[in-house]
Amino acid sequence: MILLASSLTDVGQVLSHVLSFQNFGELVVLVRNSLIAGALLGIVGGLIGPFVITRNLPFAVHGISELSFAGASIALLIGVNVVTGSLIGSVLAALIIGMLGNRARERNSIIAVLMPFGLGLGILALALYQGRSANKFGLLTGQIVSVDNPQLGWLLAISLVVIVTLLVVWRPLTFASIDPDVAAAAGIPVRTLSIVFMLALGLSVAVSVQIVGALLVLSLLVTPAAAALRLTVNPVVVPLLSMLFAVVSVVGGILLALGGGLPISPYVTTISFAIWLVCRLVGGRREKRGSRTRGRLLPPTGSTRQVSAVSSAPTKTEVAP
Amino acid sequence: MTSRESEAVHPTPVVLRMRGAGMRFGDRQLWSGLDLEVRAGEFVAILGPNGAGKTTLLKAILGQQELSEGSIEFLDQPVRRGHRKIGYIPQQRLMDAGTPLRTRDMISLGALGHRFGLRRASRAERRRIDDLVDEVGASAFATAPVASLSGGEQQRARVGQALAAQPALLLCDEPLISLDLKHQRGVTELIDQQRRSLGAAVVFVTHDVNPILDVVDRVLYIAGGRFTIGTPDEVLQAPVLSELYGTPVDVVRTLGRIVIVGSTQAAEAHGDGQHHTHPEHDPEGPVR
Repeated sequence: MILLASSLTDVGQVLSHVLSFQNFGELVVLVRNSLIAGALLGIVGGLIGPFVITRNLPFAVHGISELSFAGASIALLIGVNVVTGSLIGSVLAALIIGMLGNRARERNSIIAVLMPFGLGLGILALALYQGRSANKFGLLTGQIVSVDNPQLGWLLAISLVVIVTLLVVWRPLTFASIDPDVAAAAGIPVRTLSIVFMLALGLSVAVSVQIVGALLVLSLLVTPAAAALRLTVNPVVVPLLSMLFAVVSVVGGILLALGGGLPISPYVTTISFAIWLVCRLVGGRREKRGSRTRGRLLPPTGSTRQVSAVSSAPTKTEVAP
Repeated sequence: MTSRESEAVHPTPVVLRMRGAGMRFGDRQLWSGLDLEVRAGEFVAILGPNGAGKTTLLKAILGQQELSEGSIEFLDQPVRRGHRKIGYIPQQRLMDAGTPLRTRDMISLGALGHRFGLRRASRAERRRIDDLVDEVGASAFATAPVASLSGGEQQRARVGQALAAQPALLLCDEPLISLDLKHQRGVTELIDQQRRSLGAAVVFVTHDVNPILDVVDRVLYIAGGRFTIGTPDEVLQAPVLSELYGTPVDVVRTLGRIVIVGSTQAAEAHGDGQHHTHPEHDPEGPVR
């Protein structure tokens, strides 16, 4: 009985630690910079996410973020700007993946080769680093330490570059992402667009690493877009929803993390996952209803057989002797 | 074959011109000495067995594969990597679930996909895309996700997308493959109507001439490193193809279809299906 009571108190303590709103107003002022950076990051992640999915690059995002982590750790070790370090790491990784990996299979093996190398390099740099240990852990799992002013300037500038670039190449990039062969035939510079996109992706990852940490970048660059795609395929609504979900996840995560003094990433990833879960449930129901109203459900097996018999019948004309 | 008759009176411009074009990979000569002029409004089929170099020829026209000899000009310019005035219709390949496009969006990419920036389509452009959605018979599924389309619906959308660019040349790479008869006919009719109304040249790669027999003007038949060009009636003859293949080949016209049979082996699996043919599905019958 006493045991149960004490364990209940423990749970209560943990909960009050995880969700604490003491001095909330004062704390919000302190993290104002983080909130601005977070909202901007949400916009970047939400905007680039649908392309990451249509171009089949979620694994690349993870690979780039590990190289970004390596860059940031080395920067921390040698005492230069951490944002610069993570930028160099992620842009290099993005370019390598973009140049060498044209086909998905080839690309995935390149990423799988780069990723552990980057992670190992990062761990080495952190092991040699003598400074505050919170800085180390923060690079992998995100940091609550408020973003300082020069860092905020960096994040703002990089985010703006990504947002403007994506808006400029939006239509050709959409065409090239969905149907590279047809787009290339129409004279769209598919290859150049692919490199521009990888650069933008590298920049986005570098910014995300600052907030949620290298291990959790996917929760901002992929999860919100995946959630939006469960609800709609409208090419205007998808990025808008995806941005909304990402902003809610980051800003919500920062606010919830305030009281407990814990890293923000678990909050961000949980909100982002919860949104995806709801969208998946709602989207599943909508899809079922949609296919009924369209009246074009896949034919039952019987009629499929019939169709294939007709199509296989009188087609082939010739046989090489 | 009205386009050929009118051609004699009012020569239409040459859209695609190949001079002495040849393609070889190492020792293997796919074809060489290829001279071909395709005029606006003309429908040319490229036929031949697998591996004859049909797709390579398409890639050469798209500037994705360099010729080993000769030249290709599109609209009097040497070909480069793709062109705004080329509409490309690939083989049917179902779109991934979750592709963030509806049918109308996919068609509009053909008209707007090359445009940088976020400027909205003008009212005239939007109306033209709407008309195109109607013309290719996609109105019923215009707002459906492209991933939910059937093979035939998707190919209609692709034809619409290719036409949206108001192309001078429609390049079709086996666009009818894996479609059933009804959709093969539908998509063929669509391409035929549109090349007439738009005056676009059509270069149509296929391993099966039957679905397009009624609309094709000329045939380029490639086999065994050689080729022959002419009307379907001129080319699809036993002596002509025997000469081309270098072994006896028979051309059988049966149940309104043409079957080409090699002497050394029986017809391939697909050819065996002749007894399934329903002539009522094909009222126009063969060309002759």
